[in-house]
Amino acid sequence: MIVAEQKPLDEIKNLLGDSQRVLVAGCGTCVTVCFAGGAKEAGILGSLLRMAAQLDGHPKAVTEVTVQRQCEWEYLDAIRDQVESADVVVSLGCGVGAQALAEHFPEKVVVPGLNTKFMGLPAEHGEWVERCAACGNCLLGLTGGICPIARCSKQLLNGPCGGSSHGKCEITCGDSQPDCAWQLIYDKLKAQGRLHLIMEITPPKDWRTSRDGGPRKIVRKDLKLPGTEIKE
Amino acid sequence: MIAAEMTTDADEADAINIVAFCCHYCAYAAADMAGSLRLQYPPSVKVVKLPCTGKLDLQLILDAFEHGADGVMVAGCMEGDCHYQQGNLNAKRRVNFSQELLRSIGLEAERVRMFNMSSAMGNRWAAAVSEMDQTVRKLGPSPLRRRKSAE
Repeated sequence: MIVAEQKPLDEIKNLLGDSQRVLVAGCGTCVTVCFAGGAKEAGILGSLLRMAAQLDGHPKAVTEVTVQRQCEWEYLDAIRDQVESADVVVSLGCGVGAQALAEHFPEKVVVPGLNTKFMGLPAEHGEWVERCAACGNCLLGLTGGICPIARCSKQLLNGPCGGSSHGKCEITCGDSQPDCAWQLIYDKLKAQGRLHLIMEITPPKDWRTSRDGGPRKIVRKDLKLPGTEIKE
Repeated sequence: MIAAEMTTDADEADAINIVAFCCHYCAYAAADMAGSLRLQYPPSVKVVKLPCTGKLDLQLILDAFEHGADGVMVAGCMEGDCHYQQGNLNAKRRVNFSQELLRSIGLEAERVRMFNMSSAMGNRWAAAVSEMDQTVRKLGPSPLRRRKSAE
């Protein structure tokens, strides 16, 4: 899932400026599961913004709504009335959701309430970790199901680098030291009796399938509706 | 539910409103016990019964303040004695987080506090309410309520 976390309240307040009617729009998918922007979080942010505005002496009319997915037009159509009656919309969706809102309601000011962090999973209660970097050309079949792009700090294709110690990466992330991805890959392949895979040299990666190729797009001819134009 | 609790005395300048979210298995029974023992405690507290303080949601705390509470107390079982294993510990974390949220909007964190007691501790209930009442009286009515009545 896409993992996000809420922006500091002061930043959101600054983004709102003098707007009087504010709609906090939650999203019922990824950001609900990571407790960043679901119905509950939208309600809490709405309460905080109303009270903060009242304490600042400039009360605002803050309402909340949550859609199943902010990244699909159909769900956004369902909240058209609420969006149109607001001066500004705070999106509690990921960056995709916020952009979808802004694109679907071009006349409306949409501001983000979240910082979208990464694609990952909940490792335990209250802790999420990155697992995929969306590089566009999956290598997991060669690496025991452990991604060296997302989980190796140096994104090495032919690791390990020699800088890891006791299974930990030499590069620290904040106050934590991540596991060495290539140590994990080695251990996994060894346990599976497939250690020969680590001896295969992976050629330089074609990063055009990742961000280096610019914004990406997928077209499925089999799913296109009849009569719509197919652009390659 | 919270709004209904807040309709009493909220507009009186010197009235203090404290919402107490009480666990059915301990604090609610302790309040009952305090009554049976004819113990005196401030009338500022409005009790809201929860099946367990683990039911406590941040939104409930914020709703109370938004609807005019001057303070919120959360009263659960003694640590280690939760009927649902760890509902009171979950509540404790949420109360701590709610204090950060209150600070972020400019309200005093002391306006929300967690208490622990067993169903037999009527005295503890009366003391907890008195403590909370004193704390909130020292802080004064919630600025949210003052703003509202000034408008």
